[in-house]
Amino acid sequence: MQQIFNFIFKNSSRLLFLLLLSVSLLLTIQSHSYHKSRIISSANFLTGGVYEKINNITEYLNLKTENDALALENARLKSMLFNMKDTASVKKVENLKGVAPEDIVVSKVIHNTYNTHENFLTLNSGANDGVKPDMGVINSLGIVGIIDKTSPKYSTVVSILNVKSQINAKIKKSNHFGSLTWNGKSTGFVQLIDVPRLANIRKGDTIVTGGQSVIFPENINIGTIHKVYTQTETNYYVIDVKLFNDMTNLGHVYIIKSKDRDEVNNLEKESKSNE
Amino acid sequence: MNSTLLVNILRFILLLALQIGVFNNMTFLGYIMPLPYMLFIILYPVNSNRSALLISSFFLGLIMDLFSNSGGIHATACLLLAFYRPYLFKFAFGVSYEYQTIKLNEALTPERFTFILLAVVIHHFTLFILEAFQVSFIWDILLRTVLSTIFTIISCIIIIYLIKPNKR
Repeated sequence: MQQIFNFIFKNSSRLLFLLLLSVSLLLTIQSHSYHKSRIISSANFLTGGVYEKINNITEYLNLKTENDALALENARLKSMLFNMKDTASVKKVENLKGVAPEDIVVSKVIHNTYNTHENFLTLNSGANDGVKPDMGVINSLGIVGIIDKTSPKYSTVVSILNVKSQINAKIKKSNHFGSLTWNGKSTGFVQLIDVPRLANIRKGDTIVTGGQSVIFPENINIGTIHKVYTQTETNYYVIDVKLFNDMTNLGHVYIIKSKDRDEVNNLEKESKSNE
Repeated sequence: MNSTLLVNILRFILLLALQIGVFNNMTFLGYIMPLPYMLFIILYPVNSNRSALLISSFFLGLIMDLFSNSGGIHATACLLLAFYRPYLFKFAFGVSYEYQTIKLNEALTPERFTFILLAVVIHHFTLFILEAFQVSFIWDILLRTVLSTIFTIISCIIIIYLIKPNKR
């Protein structure tokens, strides 16, 4: 017994090191294996509050670009309104099929990372505004990411610039589906993989979200085709997609609450259990 | 005795604030980011309590992780650096380092530079390995380590010279 105590006292700092190391490695490995179960996240009152304070200051520097973006979107909406035959009946935003305007939460990016392999954003609206995990996040130019975790006032978003993110997307012209991933290299480009060789594709074609996903409504812009490769192992196309969005400069975003999601998910669960 | 504790607590808070408020927004070429918050571990007094250094480094890293959504990678990297710091001292300043009083925040000699360089490389290499967590990214990891090390060292040296206490 005496010897055990002696051993512990002698090596106290080494034992402490091993203990703390195992804790931190556990946190690391766990965050890499299931991104849903991340314990350490910036969606809490401390980090969210600090980021909001910092953002309040830095926001002024981006007011000009933010104004330009808003003016552009305003112009687009105006032109939509004026081109309608009956200007009295206001049509719902055309881009978001299946989503009524009341199902959209307008939110602000208060923190944005794009320099690691797994990038996240922090938004300043949370569970109190009705935001739930797995909701889609877009802005006027295209998709941004998927909600990961929420706290009462803040939420984190898995950016499309995250090697773990996989989003169903299609080529607008030909309706061929693929999954949108990121290879961790450039912030301006993402990859559309598993596109069948049958697809007739050309440089400059538009890529939009596909209808298979219950997170995003169909036909939301993503980007244009920049380069096409053939994967040697699988013989599928890999497409470099040039994003419409500048992911390094994001201001206001929209969170989409899809009403059909629970219904679709329940239905799929039921049919799976019947098999 | 009390004043060193106070200085360390202040350094802990100030460096974290500087990292999160300023340096986290400074990115070169999209992925190179200076991380001078690790200066806390480098500047920690040489002959002070080792366990206290381990615990404070762990929490330093954990707070960084909290702010950057990164699981535990900063905590692990800081902890490893804190643990290997005495060996780095031995390597850079010779065996009898404990008897000399090493003041890192004075003129930059080759020994001091070696120590800072090794510390930064260890920290960054661990950090980027754990961040990628895939062997296929090895060239990317090495590239990031080398480039970020350069920028971190530059920012560290600038900060050391800026906060250098006046000679009495």
